[in-house]
Amino acid sequence: MDRSRLTLRLLKDRVFKVIVIFLCFLSMVPLFLILSYIVKNGLASLNWEFFVEIPKPVGEKGGGIVNAIVGSFLLVIVASLPSIPLGIAAGVYLSEHRGGKVAYLGRLAADVLQGTPSIVIGIIAYLWIVVTMKGFSALSGGIALGIMMLPVIVRATEETLKLIPDALKEASLALGVPYYRTMLKVVLPASVSGITTGVLISIARVAGETAPLLFTAFGNAFMNWNIIKPVNALPLLIYNYATSPYPEWHRVAWGASCVLVGFVLALNLMVRIIVGRWKVQF
Amino acid sequence: MMENQSSNKAEILFSRQDRRKESAFQKTILLSALAVVVLFATIFLSLVLSSFPSIEAFGLSFFYSKTWDPVSKTFGSLPFLLGTLLTSFLALLICLPFSLAISVFIGEYFTKGLLSSFLKNVTELLAGIPSVIYGFWALFVLVPIVRNFETKLGVLPYGVGILTASLILSVMIVPYAASIGREVIALVPADIKEAAYALGATRREVITKVVLPYARSGITAGILLALGRALGETMAVTMVIGNSNILPHSLFSPGNTMASVIANEFTEATHRLHVSSLMEIGLLLFLVTAIINILGRYVIKKVSVEA
Repeated sequence: MDRSRLTLRLLKDRVFKVIVIFLCFLSMVPLFLILSYIVKNGLASLNWEFFVEIPKPVGEKGGGIVNAIVGSFLLVIVASLPSIPLGIAAGVYLSEHRGGKVAYLGRLAADVLQGTPSIVIGIIAYLWIVVTMKGFSALSGGIALGIMMLPVIVRATEETLKLIPDALKEASLALGVPYYRTMLKVVLPASVSGITTGVLISIARVAGETAPLLFTAFGNAFMNWNIIKPVNALPLLIYNYATSPYPEWHRVAWGASCVLVGFVLALNLMVRIIVGRWKVQF
Repeated sequence: MMENQSSNKAEILFSRQDRRKESAFQKTILLSALAVVVLFATIFLSLVLSSFPSIEAFGLSFFYSKTWDPVSKTFGSLPFLLGTLLTSFLALLICLPFSLAISVFIGEYFTKGLLSSFLKNVTELLAGIPSVIYGFWALFVLVPIVRNFETKLGVLPYGVGILTASLILSVMIVPYAASIGREVIALVPADIKEAAYALGATRREVITKVVLPYARSGITAGILLALGRALGETMAVTMVIGNSNILPHSLFSPGNTMASVIANEFTEATHRLHVSSLMEIGLLLFLVTAIINILGRYVIKKVSVEA
């Protein structure tokens, strides 16, 4: 009697382990399916022309996505310019005044902003900038992406600064270095790898965002460097071409997906290398 | 008196220029932190103000009326509320066993080594793929599979619809739920696990009767945060849900979610009331995800302080 119960329990144990392992591997199947599908369909359309030409109209073969690559680049620059300095400064405040009321509210605002659906950020940028400027623009798209980057940078800066031991700061202050110079010349340089990681993660996150660009950057079939005109972006191009009925455009969209995934994965890899090599440690 | 003295000392130690820069630095970081708070508050206020016409015109019926008709300018959001709830909860249900399995696998069975770091990397990669690419893939691979399945079942073979959207959503949220699950499972104290082992419990018994109950609130928080993501996910869902403004009547029926209806109709909305109704949906989405996020983060913080 006892013996058979024990066997049953051991059997259950074994079955449980097998189920866990099976479910784990099953959950990885989609990633490999998606990656292999993108590589299979995308690599075929990648060639030199694909990176230097603008899209051709329906029916014509060839053409490239250079306008979308330039547009994505432009959008990320416009997004980074205000949100990186603002995010780092706010992160410094949050970690220096941990118990304060402003810091508490700032942390709450950053956390909630981070979880806000990107489509909501899109309609906000539309309300604030597209309506005021009476037209879609790279500027409005960049602002939308910037709002999404901001909380990631704020929290990454705060978390990194928390890892810097107080003794480092105190040593500098004890030598008579003013507080602001201590922060700028001692504490921030010590945490540069953590902050860089945060910035790269935020860029990787917004580079693939489509929803906030739908009614801001809007898309553009031609090349555009002007930030108050509509621009195309890689994710926008993928969305528009993927939902079109033309097989030729689907081919371009697969190629663009390949480029976008490659870019995002490369950023993630960079983060991994920075974290591994220049870890903040004391 | 003391304060006076120390400020005198500061004057001797630091030059006037230093003091000016000092206060400029303090002001800069304070203003930046305030800017984040103000940005958040302004977003909320903008949404409230711009959804006012719709709130005024429809009141509470906005939430239970099922007619969404831009032509007759009647807007009720019930189909989208239902669409969002259905897809999100279905996605959670599908994602739950998988994310739990990954958490247990990394948190209990293989805490170190090649297998666990492989699994960790794969889940992180999954989290990094842009949602538009999930949508694209689902449109070309998942939709035909679901259409085949529907033909076999004998229902109208749309291919797109609630089920397809839930499937792709579940793939997208597994990494979030799993990474939080893994963290809270790792926080379970070793001595209570060892106590259970010492009593002769098998590994399965330790996991299901000690580890998971102990980590329950943290796992719930992880599920909440994953739900927050599922509710607001736009692109992948927009591409495969079929975009029809009817009340979904079955799992296979095409529909629309709150996020996808904004994505579809915002640029085409010309009437003030139409725009404002979409804004009200945006406001609702903002509020719901805000509450879910605050709740989830609060639970996680509490769990990690206790451990």
